[in-house]
Amino acid sequence: MIFWTTQLLNGISFGMLLFLLAAGLSLIYGLMRILNLAHGSYYLLGGYIGLTVVRITGSFVLATLAAPVIVALIGIVMERFFLRRFPKQELPQVLLTFGFLFIFADLALWIWGGNPQTLPKPELFASSIWLGSIVFPSYRLFVIVTGVIIGIVLWWFEERSRLGAAIRAAVDDEEMARGVGINVSLLSTAVFGLGAFLAALGGILGGPFIGVYPGADFEVLLLAFVVTIVGGLGSLKGAFTGGLLIGLVDNFGKALFPELALFTVFAPMAIILVIRPTGLFGDR
Amino acid sequence: MKSHIFSVVLLAVILLALPMALSSYQLGLLTKMLIFALFAMSLDLLVGYAGLPSLGHAAYFGVGSYTVSLLTLRVVNNFWIDFPAGLLMATAVSALFGLLALRTHEAYFLMITLALAQVLWGIAFGWRSLTGGDDGLPGVPRPDLGLPWSLSDGIPFYYFVLVFFAVATAVLWSIVRSPFGFVLVGIRQSEARMEVLGYNVWLYKYFAFILSGFFAGLAGNLFAYYNGFVSPTYLSVIFSATALLMVILGGAGTLFGPALGAAIIVYLENVISAYTERWLLILGMIYVLVTLFARDGLVGLLQQWLTTKDKG
Repeated sequence: MIFWTTQLLNGISFGMLLFLLAAGLSLIYGLMRILNLAHGSYYLLGGYIGLTVVRITGSFVLATLAAPVIVALIGIVMERFFLRRFPKQELPQVLLTFGFLFIFADLALWIWGGNPQTLPKPELFASSIWLGSIVFPSYRLFVIVTGVIIGIVLWWFEERSRLGAAIRAAVDDEEMARGVGINVSLLSTAVFGLGAFLAALGGILGGPFIGVYPGADFEVLLLAFVVTIVGGLGSLKGAFTGGLLIGLVDNFGKALFPELALFTVFAPMAIILVIRPTGLFGDR
Repeated sequence: MKSHIFSVVLLAVILLALPMALSSYQLGLLTKMLIFALFAMSLDLLVGYAGLPSLGHAAYFGVGSYTVSLLTLRVVNNFWIDFPAGLLMATAVSALFGLLALRTHEAYFLMITLALAQVLWGIAFGWRSLTGGDDGLPGVPRPDLGLPWSLSDGIPFYYFVLVFFAVATAVLWSIVRSPFGFVLVGIRQSEARMEVLGYNVWLYKYFAFILSGFFAGLAGNLFAYYNGFVSPTYLSVIFSATALLMVILGGAGTLFGPALGAAIIVYLENVISAYTERWLLILGMIYVLVTLFARDGLVGLLQQWLTTKDKG
């Protein structure tokens, strides 16, 4: 019983990180039809930059603010000066974002070295709490709550705010949106920055329990892909549901069948592909 | 057409004569270029002709390599069993992956091919007792074909690879020039049009996918013997992406271009790795530069230059 509850909470907290990643990937794809392979790099850079900020200032809160902003700026530069030149051209986009993936991975290895590192937990959540008879690290609960809050804010932003309406309009019909005076160009840059921000936030939040290490960028990119394949590209609901599902499957898979870890994630993806090739909530 | 035949004969003569002019180290590098050129051409069949950009092409190369190595080291060291088995496994895996990947389009296709290949990488990395994990499988011997020349020597092994390369290139060339190849190009340009014309688009794409996996497996088989060692590197995303870069750098949809791209990347990696550990960083920059300045590849640049010269 204790095992199951602990694994359940672990799976959900990991699922929240995947949601943060997949939400950005999905939003960017929905608006610009860009599949950003460097998305996992934002997670990695977020974790590493956060680590450096914590080491210098000793403040987790400051790291949580600074790192995502810096990474968002990196994302904005990528969109504004590179990806923008290749609208709706799959191959150049793939090649370009692959290039950035390699550049970031090697730079991170150069700067922060090859050893896995862990971010210190914020003091407020350093302890464990008792849930009935189960001891559970309060930090994981903090991650779950943060993920849910961000999910709600993103949902409100997309469905209820004026800016969200503009984004939805641009996703539906870009030309028409331009026609009624929506600045799609600026909107694209903003959404790209937001996606990078969310991924970097995932890197920081995951830092204390997953850690940052070379190769984490590929790992989370793959999982984010699986989440979007399961949930459907361009759908926030899909990113949330898919994130939870894959977070749980991955966690239970690793706990129960450690040798087959990737297979357990792969199985639901294959099933979804057979039943619904565009994912649970995908529109096309 | 005549100039085509002339260039092919010239290239063949050069490739046949080169061992006399090269040191054994350079010959080894040339052998590697041929193997990777074959790998890049196999991907070109998908990317350049059928218009299916696979991000997981290392899967079939790696499966070929691992099958040959595992059988040779653990089961029986017999070329006539191990080599066909490697080809068979690579083809079978591509037939399976193709079923899943071809249910999707565009971005989903990119993601699914990458994810499937990554699953194999995960197995190679995690299943230590079978694959040796990160350490890989060292000590794969060169095959013994019962010939008077030992393939452990550089020159006979080069010719061994060259034979496979030449036959495979000829087959690939006739595939892309066949009605089948033209249908693939038609599908790349407009799937809907080919559908209306009565072609079973899915089946054509599926055949292209399997054929491409077969030739990638062939390259993987040869590489296992060449390198004497396989590791998860040859199943990784980086390797898949490098193959894609070779194709685009040379010029997708030209067969010759990707082979040239492969030779250039192999050469660069070799030279640059000797000076710095930052090969991945430089490779990343090459990606960005190629995308920005040589989108139709070197063959495209050459054609552009030739047309302007004709006009001028």
